[in-house]
Amino acid sequence: MKRLGVLAVLLLVLGLPAAGGAQQPKTSVQFPPGVPLARQGFYLYAQNCASCHGDRGRGVVPPASQEAPGPIPGLGPSLSGVGAGAADFYLRTGYMPLGEPTDQPKRSPNFFDDNEIRALVAYVASLGPGLPIPDPHPENGNLSEGLSLFREHCAGCHQILAEGGYVTGAVPPPLDRSTPVQVAEAVRIGPYVMPKFSERVISDDELDSLVAYVEYAKNPDDRGGWALGHVGPVPEGMLTWFLAATVLIGACVLLGQRLRR
Amino acid sequence: MSRFRNWFISAVVLLAGRRAKPGAPQSERILPEGEPRPGSEVLAACLLFGCAFFGAAFVAVYALDRLPWTTQLLGASLGLALACLAAALVVVAKRLVPDEQLEEDYPTAHPAASDSIAQLVQESGDRFTRKRLVVVAAGAATGALSLAAITPALSLGPALDPDVLYRTPWRPGRKLVDERGRPIRADGIEFKTFYTAFPQGAEREELGAPLVVVRLDPGALALPAGRGSWAPEGILAYSKICTHAGCAVALFRTPLFPPAEPKPALVCPCHYSTFDPAAGGAVLFGPAGRPLPQLPLRIGSGGVLEAAGDFSGPVGPSWWGVRMGKPT
Amino acid sequence: MIRGAVRRLDERTASAPLLRKTLRYVFPDHWSFLLGEVALYAFIVLVATGVYLTLFFDPSTKLVTYHGDYAPLQGQQMTEAYRSVVDISLQVKAGLLIRQTHHWAANIFIAAIVLHLLRIFFTGAFRKPRELTYLIGVLMLFIALVEGYAGYSLADDLLSGMGLAIGYSVAMSIPFVGANLALLIWGGPFPGDESFWPRMYIAHVFIFPILIGLLLGLHLLLVASRHHTQFRERWKTEKAAVGTPLFPGQTPRSLALMSAVASLLFLLGGLVQINPIWLWGPYHVSDGTNGAQPDWYLGWLIGALRLVPGFDLNVGDYTLVPNPFWGGALFPLIVFLFLVSWPFLERRVTDDDAFHNLLDRPRDAPWRTAIGTAFITWVFLIFLAGAADRATVFFGLSYQSEIWAFRILVWVVPLVVLFATKRACEELLRIERTGAVREAAEAEAKAL
Repeated sequence: MKRLGVLAVLLLVLGLPAAGGAQQPKTSVQFPPGVPLARQGFYLYAQNCASCHGDRGRGVVPPASQEAPGPIPGLGPSLSGVGAGAADFYLRTGYMPLGEPTDQPKRSPNFFDDNEIRALVAYVASLGPGLPIPDPHPENGNLSEGLSLFREHCAGCHQILAEGGYVTGAVPPPLDRSTPVQVAEAVRIGPYVMPKFSERVISDDELDSLVAYVEYAKNPDDRGGWALGHVGPVPEGMLTWFLAATVLIGACVLLGQRLRR
Repeated sequence: MSRFRNWFISAVVLLAGRRAKPGAPQSERILPEGEPRPGSEVLAACLLFGCAFFGAAFVAVYALDRLPWTTQLLGASLGLALACLAAALVVVAKRLVPDEQLEEDYPTAHPAASDSIAQLVQESGDRFTRKRLVVVAAGAATGALSLAAITPALSLGPALDPDVLYRTPWRPGRKLVDERGRPIRADGIEFKTFYTAFPQGAEREELGAPLVVVRLDPGALALPAGRGSWAPEGILAYSKICTHAGCAVALFRTPLFPPAEPKPALVCPCHYSTFDPAAGGAVLFGPAGRPLPQLPLRIGSGGVLEAAGDFSGPVGPSWWGVRMGKPT
Repeated sequence: MIRGAVRRLDERTASAPLLRKTLRYVFPDHWSFLLGEVALYAFIVLVATGVYLTLFFDPSTKLVTYHGDYAPLQGQQMTEAYRSVVDISLQVKAGLLIRQTHHWAANIFIAAIVLHLLRIFFTGAFRKPRELTYLIGVLMLFIALVEGYAGYSLADDLLSGMGLAIGYSVAMSIPFVGANLALLIWGGPFPGDESFWPRMYIAHVFIFPILIGLLLGLHLLLVASRHHTQFRERWKTEKAAVGTPLFPGQTPRSLALMSAVASLLFLLGGLVQINPIWLWGPYHVSDGTNGAQPDWYLGWLIGALRLVPGFDLNVGDYTLVPNPFWGGALFPLIVFLFLVSWPFLERRVTDDDAFHNLLDRPRDAPWRTAIGTAFITWVFLIFLAGAADRATVFFGLSYQSEIWAFRILVWVVPLVVLFATKRACEELLRIERTGAVREAAEAEAKAL
């Protein structure tokens, strides 16, 4: 009975990673010289993306009347008109490929190398005009404006210092590994359940400030000492008990006399 | 003056570290004799000098302006100074102070004295014949005086006027403005994003002021009865203040690919109360006990968004009368 | 020289006999008796650093525009209160050290009180004749919680502002009178009128510290007048206390502890950042951030607030019990009622009216230890639930599942702990008893 239990736990532990991110192995294609980038992208797309995003990016969507009761294989949005910026974002963050359509995309090591990404981006861009790859200039931004914008639009989910957080049903990630281009892309796209902010809501100049703030938040002014992750009272309380209380109890033990007769 | 000089010289002599001469002959010793421990003395002295060093370092760091990590250096120097002091005192406590174990009786109760007090109090009342009358009168006096003493506390706030909790700055026709005070146009409200709005020309730092505005597909709306006209073009406005504990509902979850992603929801970051904007702010998850109040909108002249009335219910956290009145 | 000084003092104060007696007051010889002193020294550091801060802080909610050196706040609107704390942190030399030391001292003050309370509870030190001392201690713990909350809320930063709104909602949630009470305290609907900030300030720097000081003095006086308890040893009795005299033996120990506490607090205050309010930004009613939490000693309340399912208890239009009441008011009330009534409950149940100067080891009172441990487990699990979203972020667990799991565990685990602890205590006692019997038998056999 005990052994069966151990076996069950082992299977569960070993089986979980397989269940989580089931992807087909990447099919590499060798292109003869002279093949245009978008054409290369087409082949890569057909091998790696079409199963969910459909033939020529048309998307795979159930009819409106059908209730989706859970993870459905091969469900994906249309890529027509999403633009180079979206493809660049999802591929460079490793959000795509995604194991299950209902999973939250998470930052992962890049499945494709840089050339393949450029090829795929060119292909998706050819599917229809959409968001170009942004060119943010955080050096032109204003930190104070960035803090105000971040607080108004982003802090509720991502935490005031971009350390990430929780919203019912999703985990807004920390932004410490996001490049300025990725931040700008995410703001304009609104990936997964994140809202999107167009130029009318956050202008390109304001976006420079916002990106400048996100860059700042990676290494903010921590002149008070060890920052404990910038998440506030939880690590402070842990330090109070695990470090300070232990040291003080130690001091009491050192100083308390145990008299023997 | 010469007295002061004598004291000063004595202090210097003592500090020079020579063993103190035996004092004037005393009566029998109180404390037990203990062997001297010159090693521990030196250790304690070194630690005290260490404390002095770090204390001086603190002053030096403070005086020097150009050092980086000022706070860390100040804290480290002061902390180490005190640590040296603590260590010196530990050495004194463990090795240099006479080792004693004393016994002392626990105090017992004092029934005789207690009874005597009780008797005193009792006998003091012997001249009273109408005790009950006097006691009742004294009780009335104490009660009234106590009441008088605490009554001015009512001036601390409108405690007797909780109807003030229904008041919001929203009126029919009041325009919605953004953080910068610019009126918000209906055609400026896009899908898959959210806006914070305030009443034009009114106080913003009030629970009744801030709104969260989103646009949903009008076909996807399932608003409660009577709110059919509250969301022109599918633009919805809700109070931004959570009905659970008053935090700002600063999160908007909105799917890029609806067939595979959770539906739109307004979420509060404090305890994760989750509200359904398509269903009149109904609570989907979390400890909120009331739906998020909705503000009826209309599109005014120039395409600017205006309030068409007051909220569907009082804003902010609940209280006794939260279901007994309408916002004004 | 010393003799002359003491004689002069006695001539003017008539205090020599009292002083002589006090100097030889007997201190018990176990380290756990020093925990209360740790709290005392943390309080002293709090007052000292606090006085310094009052010389710079501005308790005003008047709006100003920031024009200081810190770029991310440049040109932003904030209250005078927030601006003055930013200036203390970033402008005043040594200001940040003092401010951080003050905040660390508050966290450690309450942790020390809790440790001290645990020692008092699990050794039965609250029993007759020390019930009054114990009640004063519990009252001080309560005031310390409110004092800490008011203290970190004074900075008017984004995190503490959200916390104040929650405090307001808990006040509002009290049945029948909640709204009246909340309006009284805040001077109007949240965020209150201009007098609320000075009111919170004077409560924090004057009213509560004086209260704590007076209660502390009374507490120490009562401890001394009744004398400390002591652990059981063969040479200790209910009649006489045995230990080290205050002078000269205990004095360097206590001073060493005071220096050690102060040292740790200043080291933390300089080396470990705490509550960096300039990074959070100022509070506005319309702003919120993810991951906002109260300081650790109020974490049990956020856990309770998050665990209670979403309902207002209303009968028709009468909202009898708004939701935050259960977690924010009733839960702490139950905890404090438990603490306050325990000595009397125990006395009633054990029918024990005797004086107790000797302490129990936790195992010597299995029911007390079991109930106490189970109660702490209950509170601690609720406390953990308050940070369940952090577990979601770090470990990927589903938040909704965690909440449901906690709702069940919070009742089941304490029951398990109750019976397990009781068994453990009884087992330990049984082992000791059989060990003693065996030793006696062996000794007897050897004698034969």
